[in-house]
Parts: sequence; structure tokens; C-alpha cells
Amino acid sequence: MAAALRGSLVTLAKGLNGPRLHQLGSRTLSLGACLRAPEAPPARADSTFKVTMLPGDGVGPELMTAVKEVFKAGDIPVEFEEFHLSEVQNMASEEKLDEVLASMKINRVAIKDPWEYKGELASYEMRLRRKLDLFANVVHVNSLPGYSTRHNNLDLVIIREQTEGEYSSLEHESAKGVVECLKIITREKSRRIAKFAFDYATKKGRSKVTAVHKANIMKLGDGLFLQCCAEVAELYPKIKYENIIIDNCCMQLVQNPYQFDVLVMPNLYGNIIDNLAAGLVGGAGVVPGESFSAEYAVFETGARHPFAQAVGRNIANPTAMLLSSANMLRHLNLEYHSNMVSEAVKKVIKQGKVRTGDLGGYATSNEFTRAVISNLAI
Amino acid sequence: MAAVRSSLPLSSKVLTQIWSGCFSNPAKAFGIGLCSRRDRSTYTGQIIPPPAKYGGRHTVALIPGDGIGPELLNHVRELFRFSCVPVDFEVVNVNSGLAAEDDINNAITAIRRNGVALKGNIETNHTMPPSHKSRNNLLRTSLDLYANVMHCQSLPGVQTRHKNIDIIIIRENTEGEYSSLEHESVSGVVESLKIITRLNSLRIADYAFKLAREKGRRRVTAVHKANIMKLGDGLFLQCCKEVASGYPDITFDSMIVDNTTMQLVSKPQQFDVMVMPNLYGNVVSNVCAGLVGGPGLVPGANYGRNYAVFETATRNTGKSIADRNIANPTAMLLASCLMLDHLKLHDYANMIRTAVLTTMNETRLHTADIGGQGTTSDVVQAQHPEWKPICRRPRHDVCFAHV
Repeated sequence: MAAALRGSLVTLAKGLNGPRLHQLGSRTLSLGACLRAPEAPPARADSTFKVTMLPGDGVGPELMTAVKEVFKAGDIPVEFEEFHLSEVQNMASEEKLDEVLASMKINRVAIKDPWEYKGELASYEMRLRRKLDLFANVVHVNSLPGYSTRHNNLDLVIIREQTEGEYSSLEHESAKGVVECLKIITREKSRRIAKFAFDYATKKGRSKVTAVHKANIMKLGDGLFLQCCAEVAELYPKIKYENIIIDNCCMQLVQNPYQFDVLVMPNLYGNIIDNLAAGLVGGAGVVPGESFSAEYAVFETGARHPFAQAVGRNIANPTAMLLSSANMLRHLNLEYHSNMVSEAVKKVIKQGKVRTGDLGGYATSNEFTRAVISNLAI
Repeated sequence: MAAVRSSLPLSSKVLTQIWSGCFSNPAKAFGIGLCSRRDRSTYTGQIIPPPAKYGGRHTVALIPGDGIGPELLNHVRELFRFSCVPVDFEVVNVNSGLAAEDDINNAITAIRRNGVALKGNIETNHTMPPSHKSRNNLLRTSLDLYANVMHCQSLPGVQTRHKNIDIIIIRENTEGEYSSLEHESVSGVVESLKIITRLNSLRIADYAFKLAREKGRRRVTAVHKANIMKLGDGLFLQCCKEVASGYPDITFDSMIVDNTTMQLVSKPQQFDVMVMPNLYGNVVSNVCAGLVGGPGLVPGANYGRNYAVFETATRNTGKSIADRNIANPTAMLLASCLMLDHLKLHDYANMIRTAVLTTMNETRLHTADIGGQGTTSDVVQAQHPEWKPICRRPRHDVCFAHV
């Protein structure tokens, strides 16, 4: 019966156009989730998931090459649709942005590197973010075993609202020499990000959510944000809710970061805390990040730096991008492949033989990628 | 009459209390861009949070319940994982043995934040004091899940007395005999109140007609006992008539409940869409489930304005066959398809539904409840090369074979 059910599922899946449904045939159905053993490796995939790829500026294209190489070596059933959109190279245009959006509408998932900023008030990156309504940015700061920093065994999640706040692109010079820059906080978006944070904590089995704010100075703006967080917290009686002022939060993070679990905050604070926390575990090259809207998910690095001075020098650290791609695989239900990639990266770092310059090693990006590939447990 | 009026917005009051505590400004809608369908309750005027859907993945509350619930829901989870369905489950266990209501309140909050739940039935202990309310009923009333919808359809491959049955049953889910208002006014005399309100009757009738139009149905039958309960069921009937006048394309008729059950077992093909108060709905839906093959086959759904809970239609716990690997998972699998439809994941829903129905065609894979002898060894005999390794696993691991 089960075999028959599986057989008909596979036949059906082949008849559907949804790209995600195509790879059913390759997966094993282990029945009785109650006694689920480690999942058996799926056989060769007969079809693939499509993902939009935006290599961005700076070292982005190099990192994307690393991801593609690892995916190819691991035989991972993901196909990339690449779009080169860059402001500094004058390769950005409305049409290009529309193409990206059209591709995202179908694929729903993208992997992306930061773009360099040039001139205009609202950069293409922010416009993309707004068009897709990617309101939540998640950076999971996790110490890498084997690479020792001042604080080890760190495990905290930073959730940042990224569609409003200081990033509203509303600036004007009302009188000569006086610039007003508007920070917008709305009830709707604050509740949305607060609920996202609590849902994330519930899903990942975390016990505490801390709201970061500056409501002692911005009593109305940040006050509203704080109030929304407290309201949403009532829906989650099992998760502890606290709040902390941004300046104190920074101090606590460098002094005793272990007290935090999930942090939720408005846009600019999130930007700062993301970078600070990334610095705690080894810098921009090792921390993955992801952005979500209700429909779409974009996977990127945690601290978004194009790192333009390293272009072509083969010294960028692909760790963050590879870990981010592993997160993407998990999001696509490819649990097995996801573990394969992240385990391989962690193994290379733990061995400590092949490390890029930012982690105190002498290896090039290519050497690191090759080391990861040789550690893939296929 | 006044007393009845005052208890009218029973369920809405519960909602109001909880949400007024949470969101102080009801004027603003919450999460407009996310999901317009559930952003605000027009019924209570309260703000409902957006459902937990991020990056295209939904989170759904999973309440395993008692009896066969946990094992059936494990099948659903495994099937979802296998089919790459973008749904994550938040498992909320409810211990039916405890007198305290903490567990069920947790479950209700979980549904409030996720919007959707898949649920096994929770055992109600009759020996507990009368203050111990049915957890299932509590859940339905506090979330105001007013419409219970069940689609009884003859399944291909299942031998039943009647063929070509295709009935949609819509049952009022929050009031009527299930109001939990009982008292002993004089020693030896118990009054059990059945509440019928105009508001709720209009609401369920409107739901029935809307659904009938949406599904292209021709006829709606109201089931009642207005010849005896002239005021109560009379009001229900009158409300149905009022709503019917707004749907000239759909024929409306009514039938007394005792006659309905007789007609159902003798000539069930005459019915199309049926709408009825709570207790009649309970009885009639069980009769209908029996007509098409029993409790293991028919899925059920409870819809409110903001939340939806999916379960098996007849809401049995099936304690006697729990953990024996002989329960028929069809109903729960089809319920999960209804849930996927509700989440607008129609591709996945159709895929799983067709797979389940295809397997129903194979008589040798039927479970005992529909006259089969489906056993685990069927899988071994299926002779699919990719199944060989699984066949060597312990018995428990292949319980799915009992569809």
C-alpha cells in the first residue's frame, strides 16, 4: 500500500509544473516519523529546485562561484538563475530589476551578495527589499568550533526589521544647513516583526526574546515598537520576554553575550548589532544571514559588506556564503544536503589547516573551497 | 427571550476579552499586506495577527490528541516531509487527564498565532465533574469556529450499500445543545439549555449558501425539528429561509431530523448540501460517514472567520485501536489536504489527495474497518525495488502501509 502510494505520488509529481515538486522521485519515504532514523541519502536527483542568484558587487561573484562549485561537487539538486545587477558597474536598470522580480515570483528563493552603494537616495538593494517586502532579517550568530575568539560557544539570533525606521529614504533640507531625516515606526510593521521573532523562537525552540530599543529618548517612535513587542509577547506565554536599551545592549554583547537568546529590533540598531555580533565570532566572512517576507526568502551574508578592496585577490572567506546556502537548502526541504554542506564547512574550520586570511590563515578562497569539497560526505 | 438575547454573543465575548488585553487600538488593522483574508474579524471588530507564514513556509499548530490521533498525525508529518510540503508544525500536546485548563489554553493560543491547526480528537472524561468541559468544544467555542464542514463522498474502491453519495454537511458548531448550560433547578430535574440565536443561525445559513454557490451545488436542505421546538428550531428555519431568498439560483427546502436520518439510510442520493444546528449535525454527520465507509475515511473542517481547524469528520478518538497499527489514516490524510487547500497550496493538496484516492482503489491494501485485511506484509509483496530496505525495518516503521 505504502509503495503504491509512493508510486502514485512520484508519477503525479512528475506531471506537475511546480519546480519544487519535481524531485520527489529521488527521496526515500521513511515511514513512522516517530522512530525517524537519520535520513538515508537520496539517490541521484532526477530534477531540481530553481533558485535566483544575485552575485552583487565586490567579492560577491567569487563567493557565488564557491557556492556553485560546492553544489556541483555535492550533486545538489539546485539550479541557479543568475542576474548581474550592479550599480557601480552601471549594470543596474529598471528592466533588470523587473527581471529579477519576475524570477523571484516563480522561484520564491534567492541567494544574494551585497551591492555597492552609489549616489541615489534609495539604492537598488533597498528597492528590491521593498518590492519583495523582505521585512525580517535574521542573523544567527554561532561560534565556529575550532576557531577560538574571545567568546566561544556563542549562540544568539538577531532579528531586524528592515523596511522602515531610519531606512525610509525620507530626507530633506528644510532650511539651508538643516537636514531632517525621518525615522518611521508603524504599529503594523512593529507587530509584524515582533510576531516574526516570537514565531522564530517557537519554531527553533528558543526560550527568550529581547527587544532592543531607545525608548528613553525616542519615547514615541521606539516606544511604539516596544509596546507592540510587549503586546505580541502575550500570545507566547512560554517564551520569556525582556527589553534592553541599545547602548546597554552593545556593552552587554561585548562583555557577556551569553545572556541573550533572540534579539528583535528596528532597522538601524539591527544593522549595528548584526555587525557587532558578527565581529564576536570572527567577522563578516563567517556569519550567514537571511531575509524573509511572507512569500519570499533571500539568503545572504550576515554582515553585508561588498568587501570591494579584496576583488580579484582571492582572499575572501566563503564560509558565510556557504553556510547561508546550507540554510537555503534547509528552507527548500533538502535537509540532507543542507547538513552535508554545513558539516563540510565546519569540518574544514575545525581542522584549522585551511583558513583564509581573516581567520589568521594563509589559504586563498579557492583553496578553502577545494578543502570544503574534499570534505563533503557524499 | 431576553435571556436568550443576552447570551447571544457568547463566543465573541471570549474573543474580545483576550484581544482587548493584547491590542489596545482596534481601529488599526494588523498586517494588511500579509493576508487580507484573516487580517481583521469583522464580527468582533478585533485585530487578528497575521498567520505565521514566512518565506513561503507556513507554520501550523499540530494537536495530536488522544487515541489514534498521534500515530495518524505522524503519518501526515512524514508524508509532508516526503512531499516537500512547505509547512512546519508546532506540536502542542494536550493532556486530557488533567482537570486544569492550561493545556487547552496553550493550544488555543497556538492556534491564534498560527491561524491554522490540524488536530486529533481529545478524549473527554465523562466521570469528571460537570465543570470539566469538553476540550474540543472549548477550543471550538473560544476560537469561534462556527462552521463544521464535512464532505461525504463515495470513495472509489470502497464497497458500501449505497453508491454515488455526494453530500456536503454544514453544522453550526458553537451553540445549540452544546452551550454547556445545564443545571438542576429542583432535585431530580435537570434543565439543559439549547440556545439558538438569530445571529449565529443567519451566519451559518449564509455560510452554507455561499459554499453551495462556490461549489456549484443546486440545493440546500435545512434539517430541524421545528414541529416540536417551535421557537428554537423555528428561528433557525426562519433564518435559513431569509438567507435563501438572497440566493435565487439555489433551491431551498427543509426536512425534519428524524425523517432525514431515515431518508439518508434509504435514499441518500437525494441530498446535496445540508445545513443544521449543532446536535443534529453531530448525528447526521455520523450517519453519513457510516454510509460512505466509516469514520476512517471522511475528513472534516471547522472554519471561523479568522481560524481554521482540521480533523477527522466524526471526531472519534479510536482508543480501542490505538497503537495497534490498524487505524485507517485516510480521513486524517484527506483532512491535511483540506488544510493545504486552505493555505492555498493547491498543488500539494491535489497531489496528496490523488495519491490517497489511487491507493483506495487497491482492495488488498484496505484496512479492517472497510473490510480489508491490509497488513504490513503487503509492503513486502509490493516488490518495488526501492522499498526493499524499508521492509527490513521494524514493523512500526511501515505502519503507513495500512492506508
